[in-house]
Amino acid sequence: MKPAPFSYHAPVSLDEAIRILADVAPRDGRVLAGGQSLVPTMAFRMARPAHLVDINGIVELDRLTIEDETIRIGACVRHAAFHRDDVPGPTGRLLRDVVRYIAHYPIRVRGTFCGSVANADPASEWCCVTAALGGKITARSGAGTRTIAASEFFQSVMTTDLRDDELVTDVALPLLPEGTRCGFAEFSRRVGDFGIAMLLATYRIEDGLIADPRVGLGGAEATPRRLAEVENVLVGREPVPETFAQCADVAAEVVAPLEDNNNTIAYRCGLVHTLTRRALEQAR
Amino acid sequence: MTDKCDIVLDINGQQYRVTIEPRRTLADVIRDDCGQTGTHLGCEHGVCGACTVLLDGDPVRSCLMFAVQAQGRKIRTVEGLTRGTDLHPLQRAFIAHHGLQCGFCTPGFLMLAAGMLERNPDISDDALVDVLSSNLCRCTGYENIIKAVRAAAAEMRSAR
Amino acid sequence: MTAENKTGIGASVTRLEDLPLVTGKGRFAADVSFPHQLHMRLARSSHAHGRIRAIDVSQAAALSGVFAVWTAADVADVPLIDFREGPIEKLAPYRQPVLARERVRYVGEPIAAVFADDPYVAEDAADLVFVDIEELPVLMDAADPPGEFAPGFSTEPTICKQGYGDIEGAFRNAHAVVAMDLSVGRHSGVPLETRGAIGRYDAARDVLELHGAAKVPHKNRETLARMLGRSTAGLHLFEGHVGGGFGVRGEIYPEDILVLVAAMRFGRPVKWLEDRREHMMATNHSRQQRHRIRAAVDADGRLLGIDDDFLHDQGGYIRTHATRIADTTCGVLPGPYRLPNYRINGHFLLTNKTPAATYRSPGRYETNFVRERMMDVLAHRLGISRVEIRRRNLIAAEDMPYERPLVALGDDVVLDSGDYAGLLDKALVRFGWEALERSVAERRASGERVGLGIAMFVEKSGLGPTDGARINVDTTGCVEVVTGGASVGQGFETVMAQVCAEMLGVDYRCVRVVHGRTDRIEYGIGAHASRATVMTANAVAVAAAKVRTKALDLAAQLLQTDLRHLDVVDGEVVRTDVVNGPSISLASLAHHLRPASPTRGTRDPGLAAEGWFDTAHQTYPYGVQLAAVAIDPGTGAVAVEKMLIAYDCGRAINPMLVRGQLVGGFAQGLGGALFEEFQYDERGQPLSVTFADYLLPTAREIPTVDVLLTEDARSRWNPLGIKGAGEGGIAAVGAVIASAVEDAIGMSGIITQLPITPQRLKRILDDRAQAATGGEHRVY
Repeated sequence: MKPAPFSYHAPVSLDEAIRILADVAPRDGRVLAGGQSLVPTMAFRMARPAHLVDINGIVELDRLTIEDETIRIGACVRHAAFHRDDVPGPTGRLLRDVVRYIAHYPIRVRGTFCGSVANADPASEWCCVTAALGGKITARSGAGTRTIAASEFFQSVMTTDLRDDELVTDVALPLLPEGTRCGFAEFSRRVGDFGIAMLLATYRIEDGLIADPRVGLGGAEATPRRLAEVENVLVGREPVPETFAQCADVAAEVVAPLEDNNNTIAYRCGLVHTLTRRALEQAR
Repeated sequence: MTDKCDIVLDINGQQYRVTIEPRRTLADVIRDDCGQTGTHLGCEHGVCGACTVLLDGDPVRSCLMFAVQAQGRKIRTVEGLTRGTDLHPLQRAFIAHHGLQCGFCTPGFLMLAAGMLERNPDISDDALVDVLSSNLCRCTGYENIIKAVRAAAAEMRSAR
Repeated sequence: MTAENKTGIGASVTRLEDLPLVTGKGRFAADVSFPHQLHMRLARSSHAHGRIRAIDVSQAAALSGVFAVWTAADVADVPLIDFREGPIEKLAPYRQPVLARERVRYVGEPIAAVFADDPYVAEDAADLVFVDIEELPVLMDAADPPGEFAPGFSTEPTICKQGYGDIEGAFRNAHAVVAMDLSVGRHSGVPLETRGAIGRYDAARDVLELHGAAKVPHKNRETLARMLGRSTAGLHLFEGHVGGGFGVRGEIYPEDILVLVAAMRFGRPVKWLEDRREHMMATNHSRQQRHRIRAAVDADGRLLGIDDDFLHDQGGYIRTHATRIADTTCGVLPGPYRLPNYRINGHFLLTNKTPAATYRSPGRYETNFVRERMMDVLAHRLGISRVEIRRRNLIAAEDMPYERPLVALGDDVVLDSGDYAGLLDKALVRFGWEALERSVAERRASGERVGLGIAMFVEKSGLGPTDGARINVDTTGCVEVVTGGASVGQGFETVMAQVCAEMLGVDYRCVRVVHGRTDRIEYGIGAHASRATVMTANAVAVAAAKVRTKALDLAAQLLQTDLRHLDVVDGEVVRTDVVNGPSISLASLAHHLRPASPTRGTRDPGLAAEGWFDTAHQTYPYGVQLAAVAIDPGTGAVAVEKMLIAYDCGRAINPMLVRGQLVGGFAQGLGGALFEEFQYDERGQPLSVTFADYLLPTAREIPTVDVLLTEDARSRWNPLGIKGAGEGGIAAVGAVIASAVEDAIGMSGIITQLPITPQRLKRILDDRAQAATGGEHRVY
């Protein structure tokens, strides 16, 4: 399982990376960030890029900044960074909770948040988080820079709005206000495996009732998305088991799950039901 | 397309000058070009962890990196755990607690545990088992690996 | 009477094998390299069944760095791969060629071999081999009507049959009859190290060498020599470190033969390493059987008869084991129970999947599941407890040795010793079964889905008939034990060293054990079927005793002391009648026995001896497995909360190693019960070819396992009383987990298939809940 041959480029600045990508992307060139998803596909020779543009040497991309109630996660920020306390408040707590579900520690040492988002595997936890929180993806190419809303970004399984010559330079997530409760539930066959379904829920309490709910579904459909129908159930309701049980029923009704040789539609619907209830019940 | 690169790899404090294609994985170069065969290949797609080495102190899967990416980094492999003839506490603990049978996964577990314990010697037991669930073993059922790592952790903590 | 040896039999000493392995100095197949070696890579079929119209290797051969590319035409003189135990005419046409001839019969079958300067180039070239295949219909279900293997040869070459008594009468007179349709999923050993083979021809000495051998080097040498037309003196196998065997490594595969033929033809060493994806479709599969089984009992739940018709899914070819696993299945199904009447038919069926063969506890993992499921369901049918029904059927200790009119591994089944009921009692107490039953009832009342499981089993080991060992003590006092054994990681060297230490009177650390080297000893049984500890250890004991006798005899002469007052302690011959008397070391005695020594007398030179051990029968260790599980109705996941393996191994040479075998085996068994399965789509494409699809349990999935190791029933068939432990951990895990999960669901007879995946379990729970609501409400 050795990769097929490729030409290797290791730019040291973002400008250089964009220039090289503009040149090689049309000729089957890909970006190499963490490599934890790309390299296995190359080992299986399912991917045989002719060029790899290694962005790991670009210092300016290895930044996590917080400004104006927004977290900006640079392209080279590793999953492992979220084990630390760098991000404050409920968002930080949420990210620290979710990161534990991503593969295993040695993968998190190399794999990147933005790489995971650009890869758009349905089972990616960060894709679910980005969709649920309404994140914004900044993409740059020779033609300039643009910002893409999460709801536009994820198009299908492993398919995004990115053009071949675009590099994701960062993903921005809103800082959730103090007092926001967050819950995350995922089911996989073994610890660290791809999630068969996952559910992220956040909400505030105002006068004892739920406000600003966000419910994000991942792993079950071709792309992660917010479940508006479930959010509508939550608005103005008490955060009690009866409410959450109704949410679970609605979630299972509205989901249109992927099917594969192990997971039937009915099974994933059942999982979504279970995980919706659990994420909401465990939100803190 | 397959132009070879000249790189220098720092493995266990030694410099290895090699000329290799960029597609050569770090694992293969450590083993075949630098002759350090203690690091093993169990799957070559990043799941089993047998190829785990330390990169600047952090455990990584060397089958998921290209050797060219590791220039300028400090690589430690199982061969670098001993200090002269003195075994590392983890090595001694694996022997004492029968933490290996065929030994194929052992270097990966040793480096994973070494990286984890050196970074965070006060790691909770629950987190310790979580980290150890990163790697696969087919012989031991993990019980004695966990015992060995716990014992080594206790020794490393008390030696501080 | 020897002094107590702290490193001898029964001591949980640390292993001699460990130092090189923890320091990265192991020598696994991938670590073996020779100058000028070529790297071999196989191009494999991507069709499950087809006729080969043409193979184009021109682009592959033209790639820079490629030395040669072979197809079947280049190895036409190499015969089909023989069965290990010799020719079987009826099955001969079903053997596998080293490279596909005319037809391919499973995805992964070797079609061409590329030889190149480096493995990356070899893989590039293998990608450039183009095969034109006319697809043929695939046979993916052993339950489908048999098809054509080749013109004139059906895919059902034989039916394995055993039986005795009056089965029809048993069912006619039954108080109750239960029938079940039970399946075990296709899974296998999947060791962490993939296979590897390095062929080297030493022209200077006309010796052909195979490195990377394992399991049965002597047997394989015989077979390979015959296949290649060489003398066994001119062919040697070398076993280095082996990364787990579990039955699947060490059989003769196409790649082993190809590297040998290539090494001879090219005059260069040829190295082949299997990658993981290849492994999953090229190395032996196992376990897949479907049993349609009926059992008849009397009003007290005593078995009157079992009638089983099963399908054995063999895959594309019959490999080195021939029909052994199906035969064993027939012979071992009754387990620890009395069974007055029995009939079993095993349909041996070829399908278009990777060929199957032995995997740890072959035939037993499957039959334990089948038989213990039946016992649970029978208990429920009769309204008696699952424990009680087993008690009523167990063969009693007083009835041992107990002959069954059955054959397993070519040997009549004679259960030599065992107190099955006694171990059951101990296990139940140790596990806290009664208290757990109460606690389970309470937890169920509060809505939890929890259950307890039980399974009893008899294992087999110590297949003879004969093994031998040679021991030599050198003039430095080092004891070398040369065996024809093999090590797959189980601690073979340490165990043999301990036995030698005990019988000779030395510290085990002075003992070096040689194994896996056909050039060091002419005969050997390798290590499989849990034989090594029984056979080789007993041979070592015989040899060690002889060396001890020789040492004492010479020492008596040199020390002018009566033999009765001498003993060997820690490598020294000492006087037992005086304190601090004169003594003489084994090293000195070896010196006195050198050929030119004036004190040797008429004795043969060397402080050395050869010892042989013969046995008439296999020996039968046994056990009980108990489990407590909780199921998550929201996801279908199963968590094992508590686990006990109670096992009687006769005598444990190193209890720590025995425990390691049992816990390690358990982990594999749990994999087969809940996680592991080789799946195929309807076109025969394998779906489980990576570690992301084929799920090996991690540390988080394995519960703490309590092991109750007893030595109540020594083997009758060997002086050391040993029975072996390699397969006792895995044997009944499928059975006990199924038993516990079914108890947690609360519906008898519902678990009929392994693995019990969350998806399957949730479907069962949902269907049941749906039925309970009368189909009115949607259930999640």
